[in-house]
Amino acid sequence: MLIPITYNFRNLLVRKTTTIMTALGVALTVAVMLGVGTLVEGLRTSLVAGGDPLHLIVMRQGSTAELVSIVSKEDFDVIKFSPGIAQLDGEPMASHEVISVVQLPLRDDPTSEANVSVRGLATMGIKLRHDVELIEGRWFTPGKREMVVGQGVHGKRANTDIGEKILYGRGDWEVVGVFSAGQSAFNSEIWVDVNLAGTDLGRGGSLSSVLVRAQDSAAAAALQNLVGDDQRLGLEAERESEYYAKQMVSADPVRYLGMFVAVIMAIGSCFAAMNTMFAAVANRAPEIRILRLLGFSRTSILASFMLESVLLSLLGGLLGCVLVLPLNGLEGRIGNFMTFAESTFQFRLTLDYVVGGLIFAATMGVMGGLLPAWLAARREVLQSLGDR
Amino acid sequence: MSASTAVSLKGVLKEYQRADYSVRALDHITLDIPSGQFFCLMGPSGSGKSTLLHLVAGIDRPTDGTVEVLGSAIGEMDDRSLARWRSQNIGYIFQSFNLVPVMTAAENVELPLLLTHLSKKERRERARSALEIVGLGDRMGHRPQQLSGGQEQRVAIARAIVTDPSIILADEPTGELDAQSATDVLTILETLNANHAKTIIMVTHDPRARQYAKESRYLDKGKMTEMPEIQ
Repeated sequence: MLIPITYNFRNLLVRKTTTIMTALGVALTVAVMLGVGTLVEGLRTSLVAGGDPLHLIVMRQGSTAELVSIVSKEDFDVIKFSPGIAQLDGEPMASHEVISVVQLPLRDDPTSEANVSVRGLATMGIKLRHDVELIEGRWFTPGKREMVVGQGVHGKRANTDIGEKILYGRGDWEVVGVFSAGQSAFNSEIWVDVNLAGTDLGRGGSLSSVLVRAQDSAAAAALQNLVGDDQRLGLEAERESEYYAKQMVSADPVRYLGMFVAVIMAIGSCFAAMNTMFAAVANRAPEIRILRLLGFSRTSILASFMLESVLLSLLGGLLGCVLVLPLNGLEGRIGNFMTFAESTFQFRLTLDYVVGGLIFAATMGVMGGLLPAWLAARREVLQSLGDR
Repeated sequence: MSASTAVSLKGVLKEYQRADYSVRALDHITLDIPSGQFFCLMGPSGSGKSTLLHLVAGIDRPTDGTVEVLGSAIGEMDDRSLARWRSQNIGYIFQSFNLVPVMTAAENVELPLLLTHLSKKERRERARSALEIVGLGDRMGHRPQQLSGGQEQRVAIARAIVTDPSIILADEPTGELDAQSATDVLTILETLNANHAKTIIMVTHDPRARQYAKESRYLDKGKMTEMPEIQ
């Protein structure tokens, strides 16, 4: 028979100060872990949302990003008329695009500049991104130096309001609209007319990449093989979802640093929990003795003190979740090592991370409580009795 | 050992080993305590009184000799069997009460019943009855710190009798009580012996306590001796 759980709850309440201090230590550890988690999850959502499984990005073989790829007009024509490409109004759903960057300062801090991706694309390129919608102004007019800015750039970077002008290529481009791309990474881009951008950048017909939509998953696989196997092209096709998933590497330094700090803090929290539980065991020696004398087994005593340690840590874990809650939905920015541009994303605290944080906290409780609980269970009934 | 003998000690020797010497706490004690007895064991500090009580409760084992309680040779039981046997047959009262401070009086009394198959309702009823026997039926929801020393000891007595054990072992039950509370506690023990047929073995320094017992013995340096005149 186990010792009632109310016994542990009340003991935690009685030792308010040590309970709060230990729980705070665990809370901060869980908060660091969840803070990093919300960043990684936000970035993952942003990148995954940008990838459609039926979309293929075609780039020069060996290119890791559109920015360093070259696909000629001739190659685009070959790809565009390949079998398996979906059609829209009788036109193949293929878009020849050019990617470059423009340096824009923060609106509130002109000294803080960052690269923003500028994507040159045609009308078909816009239609291919079915999650993208214009939320303000209008789309650019082909042949005019006009820009449409993503929601993640609009208002945050200088000169991104409608009517303002941005120096790009060979001259000033006027902002004429704002688009939303849901939670995807396109929100961090500026879109312009592909032909004018190619000319301004001196690329001629050799642009960066081609985006195509396959009729179905089998057609996408076949198209992927077709492009890769054609030696004349020297190109390779990759699923758009996989291409963006690879960009998660940008979050790796933050993730690893965060995890490293969380692990160091977790070790500290384990010792804090251990210290608290050692004190609890020492203070409650007479209680342990009477429980053993009444017939409670060593296992019951071990379980009771372990439970108390886990409860204490779970309290800290819950507090850690509460501490991180305000981050949920906040907008963050991170440099993307593959596109050399800044990506915006929203911190996302998911149920998985909350559950993970609580399991992490409980693990700290188990690690910290194991030795004190074991020592409590090993106490002999006679230990510390005076008169013999 | 006859059927009416509650406790029988034969040639019991108890030595504690220290780093470079040994302490003889009990020196070949032979003692029979009949069922229904109110037995008082007196003696100075360090005389071995509590050790004898621990041996009877089965929380310590003799170095030599045999201890039989209610017909069971408890020295031959393993720890688990001994714990179960003790919870059914022995009630233990300490000098320092040893109540769990975060539990109410009723919860403290219920503790031994958690090891039985009784339902929660039955446990609560038994706890109420035990507390009423010691005159604390109206203090069920009180925590130990809300009770006086005498009341705490009465809760400890209720806890000791709630499983209806045959034997109650009391280790200096009045040691931390004022005169009135000590009298109350001793009266309850006397009632339990007289009206509920409990065998009571009490270890004490208190000369007044001896007056409540039916039989008294004196222990000095681990040996049974004559009761000194001063007692």
